[in-house]
Formats: sequence, structure tokens, C-alpha cells
Amino acid sequence: MNLRIAKLGFAYPNGKQIFTEVDFSLKKGEIFTILGPNGAGKSTLLNCIGNLSEPTQGGIFLEKDNIKDLTLCQFAKRVAYVTQIHQPTYAFTVEEFVAMGRTPYLSAFKKLGHQDQRMIEEAMELVRITHLRSKAYTQISGGERQLVTIARAIAQEPDFILLDEPTAHLDFGNQIRTMKLVKKLSDRGYGIIMTTHNPDQVFFIGGRVGVLNRSGVFEIGVVDQYLSEDLLSRLYNEPVHLFYSNQLHRNICTAGA
Amino acid sequence: MLKNISFQEKHLLKEKRLNFSALLVLLVVILGTLVIVSLCMGRFPISIPEVIHVLVANILPLPQVGDANVESVVMTLRFPRVMAAILVGGSLALSGAVYQGVFQNPLVSPDLLGVSSGACVGAAIAILIGIGTFGIQIGAFVGGILAVALTTTAPKLIKNSSNMMLVMSGIIVGGLMSSIMGIIKYIADPETELAEITYWQMGSIAKVLPKSILMVAPAMIVAIIIIMILRWKINVLSLGETEARSLGINVKTTRRIVIIGATLLTASSVCISGTIGWVGLVVPHLGRLMVGPNNMKLLPVSFVLGGIFLLMIDTIARTITSAELPLSILTGLIGAPFYFYLLKKERMNLS
Repeated sequence: MNLRIAKLGFAYPNGKQIFTEVDFSLKKGEIFTILGPNGAGKSTLLNCIGNLSEPTQGGIFLEKDNIKDLTLCQFAKRVAYVTQIHQPTYAFTVEEFVAMGRTPYLSAFKKLGHQDQRMIEEAMELVRITHLRSKAYTQISGGERQLVTIARAIAQEPDFILLDEPTAHLDFGNQIRTMKLVKKLSDRGYGIIMTTHNPDQVFFIGGRVGVLNRSGVFEIGVVDQYLSEDLLSRLYNEPVHLFYSNQLHRNICTAGA
Repeated sequence: MLKNISFQEKHLLKEKRLNFSALLVLLVVILGTLVIVSLCMGRFPISIPEVIHVLVANILPLPQVGDANVESVVMTLRFPRVMAAILVGGSLALSGAVYQGVFQNPLVSPDLLGVSSGACVGAAIAILIGIGTFGIQIGAFVGGILAVALTTTAPKLIKNSSNMMLVMSGIIVGGLMSSIMGIIKYIADPETELAEITYWQMGSIAKVLPKSILMVAPAMIVAIIIIMILRWKINVLSLGETEARSLGINVKTTRRIVIIGATLLTASSVCISGTIGWVGLVVPHLGRLMVGPNNMKLLPVSFVLGGIFLLMIDTIARTITSAELPLSILTGLIGAPFYFYLLKKERMNLS
């Protein structure tokens, strides 16, 4: 299974171009991170890939299928989208919330069956939230809520999972745990596209990164070769420093000198 | 390990289902008891065995009760009214729960969205034109749909989709509708039309005829079936547009169908009973306290609870004084403090 983003561009109806010529592809089991400053259009890009906004140029292909030609249901069986954490209106239980991931497999007359229930259990087990199953989604912490949303995405049985800044609003420990979970998901064979504000997370994840700058230019590289102090400093208009840690065996990214 | 989980899961599933169906059965039994009690009560008291005899004799070929008055009071006067109370109460509660779900807003209800007053205006115009019961039904539906369309468009124009904005917009539309109602009453013939229109506005099922129940019942049943079929999707819609779409739901179409269904229910209720406030707001909250926000359970429970609530109210309305009290007075007197209690208990986060 291959997700291909081909010459993707997006412009607002008033003509303002957000990004152009976004071009990359992703196989199952790979992680692709999208890095960029505030307002560059990372979320818009991810929304286009997630079939939530319509791109004005180019297209997105699952194998040979243009996603425009798929029904929403067919698409939802292959690509899941994890939104940023938000305050929900109704106090569904965690289990009910995860169960909604089965929506693309249900119809008006087909209720949750044993196969569905098994997927729900597996999803909750994988992100280790089974003990929260009867808790109200409104009463758990932000970090737990993020896990529940990821479990719902897993219950969708997708090939690809898109995450929009999964660590926003999370404390330090939960940020690290979420990043570890993202790596675990890719080891399990899910293809992952993730946007982030934090370059250090990109070094943690490794693999390939796409950088979207404020002028709408999108460039791709392998993290350790491509992300330099110079590039990051220009991207954020602030001196950024990279240190190699022998303990972590990776670059650490920080700023503030 | 896996065996263990599947056993546990079966156990859990079973337990939950039992809880929910037990509750639903309990509520239906309460409703049934209430029907019998309500048929007994009134200015002409009838004993429980007599009422049961009359009911059974209407289904099975048994000899009727000796006193023809008993039969006529139960079957002609009280039974249609009891049925109307259940249908209207259930429909209003159900449509309230549905609106609260699709608008992701626990503050809305058929009255707050302006649907009830819009339907009332539509019905009043139909009365003015004089096009019969079916015309009134169509008028109520068109008025209700127009009102809900207006209410939901205003926040889009202002580009503010918060809970509060939708409520404000509902108040605006409700106000507009009551002014239009004023104009209609002003130009209506005081001898005939005005009385009929006023009766509509106050909310009463005192003059409900079996014929008019049969007129609206098909529309109600169709709407209830549509809503019940879509109740899983209403859950997903209540997560918000982005998430619903990413879960494979065609948000616009589904939402439109669900809103039309709920509006059809409200409008059909308005047709036989006029505007009755509070039921559509309070009952779904009570239901949520009992079974949680999952519409798979909430919607059936809300319908039965709404039936119980309005049947109780209507029985009080016709027995407490010799003159009939309009239902909206009683639903407000009981509903408003009760709503306050529920809000306090839920400690609802409204931001």
C-alpha cells in the first residue's frame, strides 16, 4: 500500500497560495513528519491529505486511486485522522468513543458485531487504555484523551494514520510517551504522517521530514542530513542549536543562546 | 490471554445490555401503569378494573361494561388524549435529544431553536387560509424547517459557531416568529380563527380527536424510524464535523436528513398539541443522566421518558382544577426548576 501526494497545492478562494508542489510518497510502516512555523499551513496540508479540505492543485493517490474518486467510507477504511485534543461536548465512555472508529464498517442495519468488538479491544490494548474503558471521555486527562483518539484511529483498521500536532497541549512526559507510541505504531506497520512544532521530536522520530516555510515552499530530506542549524535558524528566525548526544544516539535540538 | 479478554468482553457486553434493556422495560411498565391510572382519573372517576375491562374488551371479543358512559368516557374522551400525550411528549423529547446531538450543543431544544414557534406560525397561516388539517400539518412543517434553517444560518453569516451563538440565533428567530404570530392574530377573524390560533399557541391536547392523531401518526412514525436508524451516526456527528467526516460520514447529507426528521417530529407535535415548551430541553438531559450520551440508548429512553412526562403533566392539567390548565404553564412550572437541578447535577461545561 502506497500513499502518494502528487504536486499538491492549496490556495484560498481569495487567491492566497498556502503551499505548492508538495510531492512525496509513503509506504506502510514509514513515518513522515511535517515541520514548519506557526501559520505556515501544516494543518491545511494535513487536512488535504486527510480528505478534509480540497486541494486546489494536484492530487492524492492511494495506490492508483485518486482519493477524490473514493467514497468517504472507503477512504476512512484506509486513512485515519487524529485531530488535536479538544474539549468534547458529551461524556461518552472511552469504550464508546473508541467504538466510533468502527463507523466505516457499519451500516444502518449492521450493528457492532464480534469482529468489531475484537478490534476495539485490540486498539485499547495496543495504546494501553483498557483500564479506562468505562471512564467518561470528558473526565480523563489530556494525555489520556490523546491516547483514546489514537485508539479510535487504530480501531478504524487503516493503513495510514495522520496526526495533527499530537503533542500540542501535552506535558513533557506525555509528549515523549506519545512520540514513543507513534514509533510503535509504525513498527506495527501503520504508515504515519505527523505535523509538529518541535524539531527535537523530528530528530527523535528520524526518517524523512518535509519542511513547510512561510512562503509556501515545501522541501523534503532525510532528517539527520537535511535539518541543519542553519536551516532551522532561518525557519524560526531564531538561533537554533543541535548537539549530538552519545546517550541518546541522536541529535538534540534546542534554542535560547 | 486472548481467551481471557473475550470472556471478559462478553461478560461486560451482557451486563451492559441487561442494564439498558432492564431500564427500558421498567420505563415502559411505568408508562403503561400511568396510562391506566390516567384513564381512571378525571371528573368522572372510574375504577382500575373497569378501565382494564374496557381496554381489553376493545381488543378481545368480550361483552362491554354495563354502563355505556364508562366505555365512552374511557375510549372517546380519555384514550385519544392519553395517546396524544405520549406521542407528543415522546416526539418532543426525541427531537430535542436529536437536535442536541447534531448541533453538539446540550442547550438547544425544539423551542430554543425556534422550530416550535416557526411551526406554530406555519400552522396559523394555514388556519388563516383555511386549508384543513392536512394543510395545517404541511404549514407547521414548512414553518418549522424555515425556522431551523434561519437559526442555523445566522451563526454562519456572523462566522461564529459557538454554542452561545446558536442559542442567541434561536432567540432571535423565536422573537421574530412571535411577532409574526402577533400580526397573524391581529388580522385573524376574532370569532373563529383567532380562538383556534390561540388554542394552538397555548399548547393543549384537550380537543385532540382520534382522527387528527391518525393524520399525524404516519409522519411521526416515519421520522422516528429514520432517526432510530441513524442514531449511531448522530453519535458520530456529535463529535464535530471534522471527526465525523474522517470517520467516513457525509456530514452535510446526514445532518440534513436528521434535522428534517427531528423537525418533522416537532411540527407533527405542534399540529395536534400546539407549542409545548420545556419537554424537548429537559427530558434529554434526564435521559443522559440515566444512560449517558450514547444515542443508541439515549434516544429510545428519551422517547419513553417524554411520554411519561407529558402524560403526567396532562393528567395533572385536567384533574387539578375544573378549568383546564394550558400545558405549557405546567411544563414550565415543573420543567424550569427541574432543569436547574439537572444543570447543577451535571455541572455542565458550557464554554
